[in-house]
Amino acid sequence: MSKDQAKPKFRWHIVVFLAPAVLVYTAVMIYPLFATLRLSLFTEVGQERVYVGLQNFRTLFGNAFWSEQFWNALGNNLWFFVVHMLVQNPIGIALAAILSQPKLRFASFYRSAIFIPTILSFVIVGFAWKLILSPIWGIAPGMLDAVGLKSLYAPWLGKEAYALTTLSLVSVWQFVGIPMMLIYAALLSIPDEILEAAEVDGITGLSAFWKIKLPLILPSIGIISILTFVANFNAFDLIYAAQGALAGPDFSTDILGTFMYRTFFGFQLQLGDPHMGSTIASAMFAIILIGVCIYLFGIQSRMRRYQF
Amino acid sequence: MEKSKLIGAMLASTLIAGTATAQDVTLTIESWRNDDLAIWQDKIIPAFEAEHPGIKLNFTPSAPAEYNAVLNSKLDAGSAGDIITCRPFDASLALFEAGHLADISDIDGMASFSAVSKSGWSTDDASTQFCVPMASVIHGFIYNKDAFAEVGVEEPTTEAEFFAVLDKIKEDGTYIPMAMGTNDQWEAATMGYNNIGPNYWKGEEGRLALLAGDQKLTDEAWVAPYRQLAKWGAYLGDGFEAQTYPDSQNIFTLGRAAVYPTGSWEISGFNGLADFEMGAFYPPVQNAGDTCYISDHTDIGIGMNAATPNAEAATVFLNWVGSSEFATIFANALPGFFPLSDAPVTLEDPLAQEFISWRGECESTIRSTYQVLSRGTPNLENDTWNASVAVIKGEESPEDAGKRLQAGLASWYEPQQ
Repeated sequence: MSKDQAKPKFRWHIVVFLAPAVLVYTAVMIYPLFATLRLSLFTEVGQERVYVGLQNFRTLFGNAFWSEQFWNALGNNLWFFVVHMLVQNPIGIALAAILSQPKLRFASFYRSAIFIPTILSFVIVGFAWKLILSPIWGIAPGMLDAVGLKSLYAPWLGKEAYALTTLSLVSVWQFVGIPMMLIYAALLSIPDEILEAAEVDGITGLSAFWKIKLPLILPSIGIISILTFVANFNAFDLIYAAQGALAGPDFSTDILGTFMYRTFFGFQLQLGDPHMGSTIASAMFAIILIGVCIYLFGIQSRMRRYQF
Repeated sequence: MEKSKLIGAMLASTLIAGTATAQDVTLTIESWRNDDLAIWQDKIIPAFEAEHPGIKLNFTPSAPAEYNAVLNSKLDAGSAGDIITCRPFDASLALFEAGHLADISDIDGMASFSAVSKSGWSTDDASTQFCVPMASVIHGFIYNKDAFAEVGVEEPTTEAEFFAVLDKIKEDGTYIPMAMGTNDQWEAATMGYNNIGPNYWKGEEGRLALLAGDQKLTDEAWVAPYRQLAKWGAYLGDGFEAQTYPDSQNIFTLGRAAVYPTGSWEISGFNGLADFEMGAFYPPVQNAGDTCYISDHTDIGIGMNAATPNAEAATVFLNWVGSSEFATIFANALPGFFPLSDAPVTLEDPLAQEFISWRGECESTIRSTYQVLSRGTPNLENDTWNASVAVIKGEESPEDAGKRLQAGLASWYEPQQ
């Protein structure tokens, strides 16, 4: 080096390398997002598109017909999320903890077997479970009968009280592989020295999990929670595949995604209303944004991180 | 030498084929009748193309439940086909008002249809038509003749007989009395409420009075069908709450159920599946000797995309759809979809003959919720699905269902306010 560079040169290659991703992301994600937000401020009068400000939101929350459906869908969506948080994630963590035991045989087989449903299409999962649980052709009544528990069987997908929980559990079955994989990776990254040091101090087995491993994987659990939250509030496919756009019985499985679809595209004799549909989509966006912000600023920034 | 000749011949044939297709106009047909794909390809399209060289047809159906949404998006994007299969009433009217369907009031093919047939695809003042009426479907009950003979019951004509038959089949225990589920919801309203209802509200008389605001959904004539539906629950199979429409079709065609509340559109499908003899009876009347009313619902029309570049060829096709030739091919290829034109048509299928014979015995009407009444929010048709299911499951009383529907309708429909 003969002389120091006084001014750092503008590094054009960064712009060039970022451009494709930025352009594609803008075209397929950012532009449609803002176009949808914009559409929610309009309505159609005659054949004309008219700007109405926040009128659509006033209709959505003020008109009993719309708000009832919205709160019903939001409530169902919350329950859908709660079931995932209480069932999917603890099971995922437990499976990961078991799989990370060095003595376990066939670990990679179990890992793949549990992860495979995640890569299946929603349509296949929805249809397969609908058949399994069907009172007419399904194997569920027969299997329960074989162990003498036929009395426990009910046409779950057709009963208002059970349908949503049943579908939530089907979704848990499908996606339990994701928290399992993420936690599994986090557990493997814990250095052996720490565990050995703990062992020297007399902390082994279960207490090693609770006192050493769990605090170290907490950031991963946080990430999983927020991924679950976003995925659940964007959910649509499974409900649509299993119960159709009317999310029966009696809207008991209606979540924000199906409510938005029905409104936006219309259903049977109900004509599509892109403006109210966008309004619901905007409300969904706001809910997810608030949830993510609470997590980012309220939880993640306070979480303790350990450097190895 | 041989090889180069062959190549030469192949090149020449591609050239000829190329010029031939360049002259042809291909009309793409949008439809929700994916069940009919084979019939269009094997019967209707060859018959048309043989008579009209230079016009090719391409039938591209989508799934029934998604059709309206898919079609609307395609029309807005300008990628829809030349010919549009029309849902009856508001869905198509909205397309016409949005400028997507062409005004075809004046084409020759429209001459052979009555005003009632055209009502499904006219503006509210009946001055403009935008689709050629293609077919209607008739509601009723299909039954398993073998099962009836085995249990020893006859076709019921009154409501009391109807329930006596169901009781007897239930007692016998070999067959599920009635195959219907509530999972998909629409069957309860379409095959339930709108099937048996016209007998109570006296067909067109009640329907038009409701439209005019002279009757209400809380009136006895409109609540009574729900009272009958509430009794149906006991005769449906185990787990009917989760039974879907294809489940019901299979249960009946496998011979496990005796009665199937339905419409004539099932005939062509069932003929190939059921290996027992099927019969049909119209919705039983309240007292012996009452006039019977049937739902003879205008179901399919066919119109022209206003933005089509091939308007001339499309008009030729629509005229042909209005002809008796098309009516005959269509009615016999698809027994159960009855042509609406005045042109005389002979039906060969016995079950279809049975259905169409009711047009002579009973008064015809269309489904009560289709014209105008499902225009607003809340949507009366979708609400009727919901209410019919709730009543069958016993979760809502017939009176409450009537009150709820009336409140929803009155919230936006002025004549009912």
